[in-house]
Parts: sequence; C-alpha cells; structure tokens
Amino acid sequence: MNLTMLLDMAVDGFGDRVVIGRRDGGITAAQLNDMSLAGAAAIRESGADAVVYLAVNGPAFPVAMFAAARAGVPLVPVNYRLGAEQLQSLLANHPRALGIAGEAQSAALAQAGLTVLSPEQWLDTARRPIETTADDPGLGDDGAPAVVIYTSGTTSAPKGVLLRHENLTSYVFGSVEFASAEPEDAALISVPPYHIAAVANAITSLYSGRRTMVLEQFTPAQWLQTARDERITNALVVPTMLSRIVEAEADKNVPTLRSLAYGGAPMPAAVIEKALQMWPEVGFVNAYGLTETSSTIAVLGPDDHRAALASDEPAVRARLGSVGQIVPGIELEIRDANDEVVGPGIAGSICVRGEQVSAEYAGIGRAVDERGFFNTRDKGYVDDGGYLYIGGRMDDTIIRGAENIAPAEIEEVLLRHPDVLDAAVVGVPDEEWGQRIEAAVVVRPGTAIDVDELRSYVRGALRGSKTPERIVYWDDLPRTETGKLVRRHVLERLVTQVEKV
Amino acid sequence: MILKVGQTLASAIDTTAVIVVRAPKDEVVLTCGGVDMVAGKSGLGDGSGIEDAYRGGALLGKRYVDEDAALEVLCTKAGDGALALDGRVLEVKSAKPLPSSD
Repeated sequence: MNLTMLLDMAVDGFGDRVVIGRRDGGITAAQLNDMSLAGAAAIRESGADAVVYLAVNGPAFPVAMFAAARAGVPLVPVNYRLGAEQLQSLLANHPRALGIAGEAQSAALAQAGLTVLSPEQWLDTARRPIETTADDPGLGDDGAPAVVIYTSGTTSAPKGVLLRHENLTSYVFGSVEFASAEPEDAALISVPPYHIAAVANAITSLYSGRRTMVLEQFTPAQWLQTARDERITNALVVPTMLSRIVEAEADKNVPTLRSLAYGGAPMPAAVIEKALQMWPEVGFVNAYGLTETSSTIAVLGPDDHRAALASDEPAVRARLGSVGQIVPGIELEIRDANDEVVGPGIAGSICVRGEQVSAEYAGIGRAVDERGFFNTRDKGYVDDGGYLYIGGRMDDTIIRGAENIAPAEIEEVLLRHPDVLDAAVVGVPDEEWGQRIEAAVVVRPGTAIDVDELRSYVRGALRGSKTPERIVYWDDLPRTETGKLVRRHVLERLVTQVEKV
Repeated sequence: MILKVGQTLASAIDTTAVIVVRAPKDEVVLTCGGVDMVAGKSGLGDGSGIEDAYRGGALLGKRYVDEDAALEVLCTKAGDGALALDGRVLEVKSAKPLPSSD
C-alpha cells in the first residue's frame, strides 16, 4: 500500500483535470504523476533517504510528497519558523535528506550538510522528461513512513510522528469519495505544510478531484479577495483566521464559497455563530483530529451546525461547541483516571483506535495500549447523541487546592464577553493553593472594560473558585502559526509580569 | 482467503484491482469475472475470457459491499468482470460522503 495508488487512481479517473494551482496553467493529475516519477528519479539519484521540506506551502509540496512516495522515502515537512537551535536538532535526525527550502532557510539546511533545492528548482527537476515506465519496481510496501511530522510541542519537546502509507490511505478511503468534486470546484488552503491538515488536504483534495490553491501569507483582505478571484468553493482555515475574517473591515462577499472547514484549535462559539449568520449559504465543517491520527477523527458537518444554530433545545444548541461525531473506521472510548471506560456525559481522556491512527513516534514506537487504543491526552465527553466535546488537554488541568479546573471552561466564559477577543487561563504556582488561576485577555481595540468587572462577569457564570485571581490585558496571546495556544509561554509571561497593564 | 483491511487484490482474468476496506473475519472466496482474485495491484488479464454470466464491471473509485459478510472493497482499477463474494455479486455502495474536512 502506497500513497501513489491514490495518484494512479486520479490519473485514471481525471488525468487532464487541473488539480494544483490556478485553473489556467495549473498542474493536472497526469502532470503531477509525471512529476512524481521524475522527482522520484532525482531523489534516488541523490541517494537521499528522506525529503525535508522547509518552505512555504505551494505546488512544490504535493509534488514533493508524491515523488517521495514513489521513491519510497518519507517526506518531512518542517516548520520554517523554528529557531536555529530547534531546527538544527531536528535536521540532525535526517542527515541524508534532500532539502527543499526557501531562500531564508536554505543556509540552515546546507549547514546541516544537506543538498538543497529551492521550490522552483525542485519543480524544474520534477518537470524533466522521464525515461522510466509508470510501474516503478522500486516501491517498498514495507519500511519507510510516507510522512514524518514533528508535533507542535505546545506542551513538550517536539516528537516525530510517523505517518505510514496505510494510515493516510485508510483515512482517505474512510472519509472521501473518489472523484466526488465537480470540475469547477476549487479549494483555498492557508495552513502551513508542516501541519497535518495540509498533508491530509493534499491527499484528500487530489483523491476527490478538487483543485487546490495555496494562500501563503494570510491576511483577511487577501483571503477574501483570492476567494473571489479564484472562485473558491471550499476553504480550510484555522479558528484564528476565521475570527480575523469575521472581524475584518472588508468586503466579505464570497459568492462561490460552499464549504468552509476549520480545526486545529478550539473555535470560540461567538466566532462560529457570527460566521454562520454572515454566510448562511456556506456549509461549515468542524474537524477534530491530531497529527497522530492522520487528521480528522470527528466531524461536525453543515447540517449539524445549522440544526444547532436553529434549535431551542439547549442540548442541541450546545452541539455548536462540539466537534461532532466520530468518523467511520474510528472507535472511541472516554476513559477515567483509572483507565476505565465511562459512559455519555462523563468527562475523561479521549482514546481512539483505527487504521488511520498512527500514534507512532520516531525512536519510541507506537503509543497504544494492548487493545490498540491511543490516548490523545485530550479531555472530553460524549453526549447522548454521540457528539464529542473537547475540554482541553489533560495536561492543562489546573489543580487549585483539591479542585481540578479546566482552563477551557473559564476561557469559554471570558470569550462570551462582547469586549473580549481572545483569552488564556493558566494555573500559576501558589504557595497556599498549589496553583492559582490567572488569565491573559485580549480586549477589543477601543473598549476599556475594568478588570474587576470582567472577574465579576466570570463569577456570575461559574463558581468563585473558578474566577481568575488576576486578569492582565495583552495585545495578543502566544499562538502557533495555526492558532494553537502555547500555554507554557502564557505562564512564563504571567509569572515574570508583576503589575497589571 | 482470509482478507485483511488494506490488502490489494487483482483480477486474474481482466484489469480489475481492488483494495479491502472492511474485511470479514472468516475465510471467503472473492472472485472477479468468475475467477478467484489474487494478491496484486493490477489485473492480470484483458477481460476477453469472461463468460457473460460473470460480466458486470467494477467502476474506478466505487465501493462494493456484501453487508451480510461485512465486506467492503474499493475499486482501484476498473474492469469488466463482476465482483462476487462466495458466489454472491457485490452491491455498489451508494455512500453518503462526509463533508470535506481538510
């Protein structure tokens, strides 16, 4: 089993369709196939045992992915914003890799002893005429993973997740119908290539026959303009992007947009409600998944969003804040602290099993129990209808005295306040309580809500013991490029910052 | 044959190839065009030998199921022969696709 099977099917099914880039002059499925063959030949010639991709998203990325797959070596997309030290230690894992890097990063790769090509040079290499036949005997069904993604390390040092061909293809076969996209469909991607969503999107878009375009540098205005110019029908964003689009002073008409998928971090209820009202014709999709699970394991679809928004029943309305129902092929268990499975309505650790679940770390092996279940370390519960709610990471739990408190619960309340744009709640070391609750809040420009007023607002919704003892106002919160909150940076800043702004 | 999820099977008599998406626990006989399928990624024949009774054709990308046996295969290469499990022709699955989530 190899990713290239998906590419072979795409060539058979819609070889002349443009699948990457602009409609005029973009790369067709047949061309992508040719490029994967030439690219694979180049990889083999260079003797590389991996392809490190250290550039922005663009056509070079899927070409690299399928060329690597044909050559039987892993693609390793790396965060081009990593600090020099982190980058060096990561590259040390791949000393014999072929590197594809943007100008700013190629020095780092050359320093690590890798051959480096710019994305343009890589594309030129892949456009060389090929002499080999389509059926390449060099494919191994065993051995090398298809993709290695280093986890974002928001809670600890990054680990390399090994995504095998079986994991990725099983995910695609389980959740996508072949050639299901219309020839006019076009997807706009604004997530970076080192994020699992970008990897998954490259594969699922190809398999469904949907052309994808990348917006490298996200600004709300550019996103909106591009969506109109390219007649985009499907879009993939992270919650912070949708929040910025919704708040932007810009023309927000996107007449061709039919579907908008989001994920990667929790979506504030206020943002999705505004988006639903702003674009009533658009189908919104919340996707929950991890790098370790080859992306999506639960989906809240367009009908779910609309039903929740329209409902008077609190239990149904609440589903707007859920991540939906698990996808076919995934088994889900919520387990308590003793590893016992609990029923609906009870929170615990989200554990999953399925062919798409890799949970395999380089140098460590598969982090699954004897029944094959992977503990995501996300907290959550399932309602009576099978809708999954995420309550934050297990490791984020604040322990104040004898009480376990989930920051997500307090953040959710803060985010409901009309003057609050973003909020992070953490446990700060406290001699008396073990930890005390503090919050960093970003307020809407032009507003001036009093800190005590905000604390009262929280106390009105939750108990006194869940009210932050201190709230500070910041211009922004430390988030990754895909909008994930980096809690340990929040904690560091709070601990060193003594006075309120 | 005991089938395994992710296994690729090829027709011995035409161009059909499939991948197993759901596998029955017991041993089964999977045929294409009336002939047992074999391990492989590409069909081994050109379809000219298929008897009329076994024509039916698998379409690229479509899923074929036998719900009783909990078998589902996905066609990775199209062909003329009908897919059958223990002599029962597989049904095309009209799946309701998930909304695209990435």
